[in-house]
Amino acid sequence: MSVQNLNTFDPFADEGDVLGNTNDVGSQQNYIHIRIQQRNGRKTLTTLQGLPKEYDQKKLLKAFKKEFACNGTLVEDEEMGQVIQLQGDQRLKISNFLTEEGIPKATIKVHGF
Amino acid sequence: MDDTTVNGDSVNMGPTTMHEQMKQNGGAAVEEEPKEDEDFKAMFGDLKKKKKKKEIPLDLLIPSLTLIQEETSGPSSPVPAATAPAGAEDLDFSDLKKKKKTSKKKPAFDLEAFEKELHESDPKAAAKEGEEDEVVEDGEHLNELDETELGDNVFAQSEAPAGLDAGNEPWLKSDRDYTYPELLQRFYASLHASNPSLLTSTGKRYTIVPPSVQREGNKKSIFSNIGDICKRMHRQPEHVIQFLFSEMGTTGSVDGQGRLVIKGRFQQKQVENVLRRYIVEYVTCKTCKSFDTLLTKENRIFFMTCESCGSRRSVNAIKTGFQAQVGKRSKTKAAQ
Repeated sequence: MSVQNLNTFDPFADEGDVLGNTNDVGSQQNYIHIRIQQRNGRKTLTTLQGLPKEYDQKKLLKAFKKEFACNGTLVEDEEMGQVIQLQGDQRLKISNFLTEEGIPKATIKVHGF
Repeated sequence: MDDTTVNGDSVNMGPTTMHEQMKQNGGAAVEEEPKEDEDFKAMFGDLKKKKKKKEIPLDLLIPSLTLIQEETSGPSSPVPAATAPAGAEDLDFSDLKKKKKTSKKKPAFDLEAFEKELHESDPKAAAKEGEEDEVVEDGEHLNELDETELGDNVFAQSEAPAGLDAGNEPWLKSDRDYTYPELLQRFYASLHASNPSLLTSTGKRYTIVPPSVQREGNKKSIFSNIGDICKRMHRQPEHVIQFLFSEMGTTGSVDGQGRLVIKGRFQQKQVENVLRRYIVEYVTCKTCKSFDTLLTKENRIFFMTCESCGSRRSVNAIKTGFQAQVGKRSKTKAAQ
């Protein structure tokens, strides 16, 4: 018979890494960022960064291109990993698309003007 | 006054209280009632109709014009509201509702006619309206942005809130059960009536001069009053500039006169949107929504301390995300 109260508990025991697997403190936690950049003239570029790993970016890009009727590419970045680039201002379309696919809206951050 | 943003039910800054709504709406709050308040509205409808009936016979063009102006401000002014219940006093509800239904058509009709007259006799106003429409169309792509995350429009010039009056609500004389919103409204109305300082001093809107943005040449924009705005927000210009650049995905510099030169074409409205987002994120206290906050940096983390409620919280570091390659590759290679 084990009495829980009699168990020895060392309050000073090392709890391990408190931060656990999130090694970047103070950074935005796992947001999906949708940004816009100006190109020459009135052209713009939309970037989608921080998509969860379970989504196949290549397939998503293909769907985006078909849905929004724009071109786009998958860029490999050392820090951010894979980033989807689309031509034109597709920010709202992307966020609508992602929310319709079941990504919670709170995790999507739309930047830009 | 746009209902969705002003009432702000979907605004993520937390639930809006009746108090705030009234403060924002000012005198117009009397007119904007929840939809369930059928009889309340009916009474106002009744009121309008009554007034009109009196006024129609005076049918000369110019007097009718002035009357309309009176009428638009009419329902919120105390005098007609006081007279209405006196007339409607002995009516019970079923009667009222019926009355409303039958009477509904006529006033609407009259109103249309009046408005036509107004437009015909006042081409300036009509022209102005057209102008406004155009402007809206012009900035349409901006309006697509989610308004809710921008928070209050601090760039709107503050308007003095009109006084509210208690004690003459039309429903007061009827013997039905009063609804909660009505009573709440009455409470705040009398509260503000007895302490007018509540509306003006604590309800003082936080305003900032709108950013003045001009184009320099073809590819640069100048944001000239950034110093003023930073001073008003009590923030370091560097912090604001960093945020602007990372958010707009561009670069720039500060020139000799303290103006900010931004690479790329930006309109005033666009800069304003970004600034509003900055204010929501880094200036307003999330607890009490006060703008009286300080930003301090400790161990690489920014903390925002509220001066009015004393709350303290960490804010996100500004982080420039992925920057795509824009422009000529040969140029960026040369820069490295």
